[in-house]
Amino acid sequence: MATEQQTGTGGGDDEQPLGLTVASGAVAAAVVVPLLWLVRTALDVGFAEAVALVTRPATVEVFLNSAVLVTLVTAACIGLGVPLAYLTVRTDLPFRRFWTVVVSLPLVIPSYIGAFAFVSAFGPQGAFQRLLAPLGIESLPEIYGLPGAVLVLTLYTYPYVFITTRAALKSMDTTLIDAARTLNHSRWEAFKRVTVPQIRPAVAAGSLLAALYVLSDFGTPAIMRFDAFTRVIYVEFGTFGRDTATLLSLQLVAVTLLILTLESKIRGDERTTTGGRSGAPMPLGRWKYPALGFAALVATVGLLVPLGILFTWLAQGVAATSGSLAFQPEYALNSVLVAAATAGAATLAGLPVAYLAARHPSRLSSVFERATYVGYAVPGVVLGLALVFFGSSYATPIYQTLYLLVFAYVIRFLPQAIGSLRASFLRVDPALPEAARTLGETPSGAFRHVTLPLVAPGLFGGAALVFLTTMKELPATLLLRPSGFSTLVTHIWTAYEQGYFGQAVVPAFILLFVSGLSMLVIITQEGYDVK
Amino acid sequence: MSNSTLSTTDRSNRAKATDSETDDADAGGVLELDGVSKSYGTESVIDDLSLSVEEGEILTLLGPSGCGKTTTLRLIAGLDRPDGGEVRLNGNVVSGGDTFRAPEERGVGVVFQEFALFPHLTAAENIGFGLKDRSEAERDERVADLLDLVGLETQGDSYPDELSGGQQQRVALARSLAPEPAILLLDEPFSNLDVDLRVQMREEVRRILKEAGVTAVSVTHDQEEAMSISDRVAVMNDGDLEQVGEPEQVFQHPESRFVAGFLGYAGFLPGRIAGDAVETELGTVGRDQIHGLAPEYDDTDIDILVRPDDVSAHPCDGGGDGHGKVVGKRYLGPTILYEVELHGGDTLLCMHNHDETVPTDGCVEVTLDAGHELAWFPREQRPESGRYSD
Repeated sequence: MATEQQTGTGGGDDEQPLGLTVASGAVAAAVVVPLLWLVRTALDVGFAEAVALVTRPATVEVFLNSAVLVTLVTAACIGLGVPLAYLTVRTDLPFRRFWTVVVSLPLVIPSYIGAFAFVSAFGPQGAFQRLLAPLGIESLPEIYGLPGAVLVLTLYTYPYVFITTRAALKSMDTTLIDAARTLNHSRWEAFKRVTVPQIRPAVAAGSLLAALYVLSDFGTPAIMRFDAFTRVIYVEFGTFGRDTATLLSLQLVAVTLLILTLESKIRGDERTTTGGRSGAPMPLGRWKYPALGFAALVATVGLLVPLGILFTWLAQGVAATSGSLAFQPEYALNSVLVAAATAGAATLAGLPVAYLAARHPSRLSSVFERATYVGYAVPGVVLGLALVFFGSSYATPIYQTLYLLVFAYVIRFLPQAIGSLRASFLRVDPALPEAARTLGETPSGAFRHVTLPLVAPGLFGGAALVFLTTMKELPATLLLRPSGFSTLVTHIWTAYEQGYFGQAVVPAFILLFVSGLSMLVIITQEGYDVK
Repeated sequence: MSNSTLSTTDRSNRAKATDSETDDADAGGVLELDGVSKSYGTESVIDDLSLSVEEGEILTLLGPSGCGKTTTLRLIAGLDRPDGGEVRLNGNVVSGGDTFRAPEERGVGVVFQEFALFPHLTAAENIGFGLKDRSEAERDERVADLLDLVGLETQGDSYPDELSGGQQQRVALARSLAPEPAILLLDEPFSNLDVDLRVQMREEVRRILKEAGVTAVSVTHDQEEAMSISDRVAVMNDGDLEQVGEPEQVFQHPESRFVAGFLGYAGFLPGRIAGDAVETELGTVGRDQIHGLAPEYDDTDIDILVRPDDVSAHPCDGGGDGHGKVVGKRYLGPTILYEVELHGGDTLLCMHNHDETVPTDGCVEVTLDAGHELAWFPREQRPESGRYSD
């Protein structure tokens, strides 16, 4: 309880520390500048030509494809996520804890691995086709294209909606529903008029996360051969359609920003209660088994199919392929190497930005902080492209080296480090370093002996998160890796391109493990103990 | 109300009350603030504040939220830099002009409002934190002494989150005392404790400070707390010092209406000086009962400060319409405060035991029966907004 106004912000004086501000500004500039080169490249195209490129039917079709994909997947995510959240929070569904975990788990599977598994299972000559062939079934419905992309992306993004909705339902005061019932509303009417408005912001937030993911996802449309923005950008770039790739990238960024703006608008409108009591769960009655079936179906399709496929590959053995494609332990080592370098660099770069934002909040510090978040807003394929342009024209010494690749990763995942660090800094009472000062410590001594030990869990947590997500990154890796440099991810990609699915099994399992680990980090970070 | 509008009588009062102190301070106060000012942005928090604290005394800055008392503390500690004026510790300028000594170079101990114990260190490690220049043996000994002083001999290995609020405060106190600071600053030291514990810890903290013989400046908005732990109280309002003095002195002879109203309940009874008496609505009050009434105020209007225990209300007996009527009633547990509106429109608070009942309808008579001299203020200073009370 600060009783006087100025003690709130802490950190001593209200003036901005110069060194820190400069460091923070430098990091923000380093993040933003490469992307500006994308704009520059686009300007080279020339206005008339640009208009022609953007309005030609092929480009319009890409835009429509992406829009349809995002809309369908988002709708499907709500259709799966909200009922599952309701079932696991507010009803007497048997084994609710079990289903909560199982239904969240698809988040652990990188969508390109999921897409990969589905193609290999349901594609022509796939596992299921062969299984069903003796029964006289000649062909399965086409998996490639829109249906496959929607299916796979829904299965691996609905947990966003599930998780945010669940949180809203859990924190909702159920006496509100009791109140509605005493005011002559049926259960369904009460749900519509009370519950829905209460959880709407959370559903919207989750849906927008899902929409952003879909829009920026590269692996799934590529594997499903569906011409969404990301796939076309990559293909155009590979076939020297540099101008088209650039303009499409900018278009994609614009759509992303639109969605982000929508999100912050919706968030601002929140008017909900939290921390309420939760009453007895709703009895499902005769709907119990259909509900169980629904949860089980989602879990089976989302988890068991890809895992089943991976295990089948494992059982078939890796031996059946040519030597050049065989998995080398070196790939894993390479992945670990770049991921570790990225984690270290992102943490170092994040420190001044996060510290400034947490301890000396001002317009400038928040501009710097926001600027570092562009990595989140910009799809990986666009970032990769921007850095290819930037590197090949202005940073030739590091072009096609690991430095540029690590730089790309840092831009992309810096927000994870900063978010975690900033939260940790905010959790440190500003009176603590001040207390250290009055006990004889210099400013840097107070930082080292008091602040740093207290933020260490957040620092390592953020670094771990960056490390783990870097391991999974696909599009920027493909665009920027030095020739001859292979990682787990590029190995999976090679296996896909060459059609030797089985070759992907070892790296796929490693990546699943890594993803699981990063989920664990996020969960444990939520409630970490300072001691 | 600013000091310049004080009446000459009040001036002489003030001189009488603070003369000796100012002299002593000049002879070598541990801490001296000289015309210190500080603003945040365009908002001036402290303007031209001067204060002197003597060796070994406990002084409390008392004032409402936002009066600048915590800012003053931070300026003394060096956690904030003043915009003007000088701060001297043991005669050395620590801030003023181009000089600004960092907190770590001042030898100032601070007990923070929420204690600010390092959560990653044990109680003993917290206490030893400021003793880095000493050998390990010396440090251990000092820590043990301090744990002993604050009565936590067995809790040295506990982490802050394993300690109760009172214990955390003892550790915070011990930690700030460990490096033997020239002066100890306490920022709302009891606000973070439960009410029951608060009273107990006040006594305890005063004992520890006196035993350690340390000079201390504390800050609070709680007048009861200020009265009970301090040797002297400095009442602050809106960035200015209103009055500095011993608790009894400040309570009985407030130099401003603000101080009168901030320390305890206050009512103001209008009166007119007529020779040896003061005519009031409640009858005549002897001139000798009013504190320091100078001759130049003859035949002028004044307000007499009336505390609830100075007056009592009784139902009118028979004829007459008494002095006023009861317009409010506040239960304070053992006592009841009756709010009486006089016919003249002013309101007085009358304190009664809980077993005495004053009818709340019909007229009442009010008797003034104080066993001490009463303070007063010239009428022309009366603020438009009416009376003060907390």
